[in-house]
Amino acid sequence: MKFGIIQFPGSNCDLDKLWVLQDVFKQEARYLWHKDTDIGDLDCIVVPGGFSYGDYLRTGAIARFSPVMKAVADHAAKGKLVIGICNGFQILCEAGLLPGALLRNRSLQFRCEHVYVRIETQKSPFTCAARTHEIMRIPVAHGEGCYFADPSTIAELKKNDQILFRYVDASGKVVDTASPNGSIENIAGVCNKARNVCGMMPHPERASEEVLGSADGRVVWESILNHLRGVESVPESVLAGGH
Amino acid sequence: MKAKIYVTPKKAVLDPQGKAVANALHSLGYAAVGDVHIGKYMEIELKTTDPAAARKQLEEMCHRILSNPVIEDYRFELES
Repeated sequence: MKFGIIQFPGSNCDLDKLWVLQDVFKQEARYLWHKDTDIGDLDCIVVPGGFSYGDYLRTGAIARFSPVMKAVADHAAKGKLVIGICNGFQILCEAGLLPGALLRNRSLQFRCEHVYVRIETQKSPFTCAARTHEIMRIPVAHGEGCYFADPSTIAELKKNDQILFRYVDASGKVVDTASPNGSIENIAGVCNKARNVCGMMPHPERASEEVLGSADGRVVWESILNHLRGVESVPESVLAGGH
Repeated sequence: MKAKIYVTPKKAVLDPQGKAVANALHSLGYAAVGDVHIGKYMEIELKTTDPAAARKQLEEMCHRILSNPVIEDYRFELES
């Protein structure tokens, strides 16, 4: 499968994603420069984390007007996959490809730690390989990850099963103290209504190999690959030992 | 012309910076301090003498990039 990873000035998770897709999952992956307008024939675009354009004005506010973002919007409009992680999530929200916005963490602290994140639904290309309510131990690293949307948008997200990830405690309960940032309803990631664009604050690329302390994030990449290969679902018995 | 632009968090949006500053002011003894809201102030020089055209452009700029309508309100003043 063909993956494109965008590089903005200030991106810093681009190499991690290239490594995971190319070297860990043995896929075809390449960088897209933020000035590229022709992105060719890709199956999935990855918008990485970092501090694009220095986070000036608001996180993602300037990056969303980069030339490549027009190509990302066209790619998404065709129903193809886009996943934004951390700063990538912020950029996709600013671009209007995902609902809501990411605010300064409630604690005002930059939080860099492993947290527990529960996969809320398997009905998306980004979570289809997960077990029911699978819990990932996965890193976050952000200062502005507090998800906000107005009450009617939140109601829509729930109605359409668009909340893909929530912060939970180690036992899998959604509790206020489990959230590193104060997000509404402990939301850690969402998808659009068409379910082909996903944004999440936690970093699955930093939890895709045991040597990094957790490989729980692999399920996100495995889901994308299963979806692209047309695999509907994987038996639970296979997944149990898989990740 | 010069535009002075004020971008502020919407009322419903959590403003942890404002809260932290309010707490700091209270601890300094300013008991009269109530809610504090922190926003952004920008000045933009515009190469035009037509206030109507300037206002139209500023509205567009504020809506497209200078503020995020999901979380922020804006207002601006125009000086010749």
